[in-house]
Amino acid sequence: MKSIKWFSLSVAVSVFVTGAAAEVVGDPERGQQVYKKCASCHMVGPEARNRVGPVLNNILSARAAGVPEFKYSEAIKEAAQDGLHWTAETLDAFLQDPKQMVPRTKMSFRGLKSEEDRIDVIAYLASFSGGAMAAQVDEGFVISADILAIEGDVEYGEYLSSECTTCHQESGSDDGIPAIVGWETDDFVTAMHAYKQKNREHPVMQMVTSRLSNEEIAALAAYFKSLEN
Amino acid sequence: MTINRRLFIGTAAAASATLAAPMVLADGHAEPRVVVIGGGAGGATAARYIAKDSKGAVDVTLVEPTRTYFTCFFSNLYLGGIKQMDDLGHSYGGLAAAGVNVVHDWAVDVDRDAKTVSLAGGATLGYDKLILSPGIDFVDNAVAGWDLNAQNAMPHAYKGGSQTELLKAQLMAMPEGGTFAMVAPPNPYRCPPGPYERVSMVAHYLKANNPTAKIIVADPKPKFSKMALFQEGWADHYEGMIDWIGEDFGGGNVSVDPSGMTLSIDDEETKVDVCNVIPAMKAGRIAQIAGVTDGNWAPVNAADMSTKADADVYVLGDASQQGDMPKSGFAANSQAKVCANAVRGALTGSKVFPAKFANTCWSLIDTNDGVKVGATYEATDEKIAKVDGFISTTGESAEVRQTTYEESEGWYAGITADMFGAKV
Repeated sequence: MKSIKWFSLSVAVSVFVTGAAAEVVGDPERGQQVYKKCASCHMVGPEARNRVGPVLNNILSARAAGVPEFKYSEAIKEAAQDGLHWTAETLDAFLQDPKQMVPRTKMSFRGLKSEEDRIDVIAYLASFSGGAMAAQVDEGFVISADILAIEGDVEYGEYLSSECTTCHQESGSDDGIPAIVGWETDDFVTAMHAYKQKNREHPVMQMVTSRLSNEEIAALAAYFKSLEN
Repeated sequence: MTINRRLFIGTAAAASATLAAPMVLADGHAEPRVVVIGGGAGGATAARYIAKDSKGAVDVTLVEPTRTYFTCFFSNLYLGGIKQMDDLGHSYGGLAAAGVNVVHDWAVDVDRDAKTVSLAGGATLGYDKLILSPGIDFVDNAVAGWDLNAQNAMPHAYKGGSQTELLKAQLMAMPEGGTFAMVAPPNPYRCPPGPYERVSMVAHYLKANNPTAKIIVADPKPKFSKMALFQEGWADHYEGMIDWIGEDFGGGNVSVDPSGMTLSIDDEETKVDVCNVIPAMKAGRIAQIAGVTDGNWAPVNAADMSTKADADVYVLGDASQQGDMPKSGFAANSQAKVCANAVRGALTGSKVFPAKFANTCWSLIDTNDGVKVGATYEATDEKIAKVDGFISTTGESAEVRQTTYEESEGWYAGITADMFGAKV
């Protein structure tokens, strides 16, 4: 079975964790084929613009109904006001049956019944989501179970987080820099170490993480996870 | 082995957080009082963090004359027509919601013995800790022929708001094939790449609206921030439009005549249509009035941004003389969070963690052609010292440059939310 649990990060970075059970993750290449069903209305990629449907760049972790200048249905705008964010989980539910999740959405699409199709197309969309989401790490990138097991100090994480919140919004909004609120701590820790070990591209993140200790990364992961609600 | 070493360092850093004994308050008032002067990247952030994190245990008052704050960062994008003035305006409603008492008035005096601040409206505010984040003022007689009375004829546009609008209006009113001149400032000054991003955005506007116009830059410096990146971009996007005259070619030997609209570089006089004079800078006036400056700036201790002159007075951002950090909104915001943690610790006994600073400056050269420079810093006994840094490189792909620009938009949304609270 393909697993949704690991999705938010692992689709983008294909992380393999020693000591953890092997997880099967979405296949973005197959997802590109599935995406053809979406492409008559939606564009994604550097040249994308709004068409019948909004641009899907940075869709993962974005607030729903957040693409500028797109005329959304009242239904999806209300869902966004109620806090709907597009995560792997919420996208999966939406793509399975859009009208069931958001009645009166303008999206006229009967849904993707196959779980495999949904997982793969979300993996494909993840590759266009944000600097962090789009960044790739080598398949062999490994974080030791010891590092993942470190218990983060939330209070210390809150102090350290002020260095992050100059760019990454505490509210979880994404206006061009990825949201980092509510990530699974394992995903967060893995991403930080990938930057720190220069296995993931981004000069600012590599610089910031280069001086974070394992405990500090764990503290940040615990703090940002705690902001989920 | 590596892991063990990192574990050790991490534990040591966390353990060095100190629990300060709360300060004894002067006249026995119930809650400790913090007054913050200046509601920009330093002051608004410090006020919001102290109020938010102390959860009502500290009485925080922010003194800021304007009701809508227009950021200086991103104002060049307004000149280029890429952002609207409304995009740059922020209200203080979010700070009030966080529990900050926002007073729209001018601070005119500081009595450090009595620990009071006098406002132009007549009120006096007592403080236990005073945080000054007044930004910049201009050094008198820095550019021959220019003083503040000339700022309408020859705007500096180096404080956000009306000056930026004035410069834009003058740019739009330029005759066909006219000349836009800039007198660039000597170091140190607010936003090191700012004048050159401005040149880029002015060129961007002129290329579309007045393509035979020319830009002259008189610069007292031999080189400037991100120079190779800007010069590459100017050659690629605005070939033949920009004439940069550095120190070696007399760019520092400048005088202006605001009534005749002339600029003289190395005794050669040129008639110009717009003249953007960015004079040498110094700490905002209230820092001088408070007596915490030494020369043009206010020397501070790197660990908490307290001034060398007075342990209960802190100076943030552009006005401070701290060491290696550039004068930028990002830097002020970073310093404010270190300061807020230290001030709260001193007043309430909350944990004080070791100081850490960071800065990144993005600049836009043309549509979707963004570049950036950044560094991390730490507090030493002498100064805020640079640890590590990076800069965009020449010859980057269009995709990388576009990503960098989009990231700068994300940063703008992020830092303004961090300063003023999330937009409702």
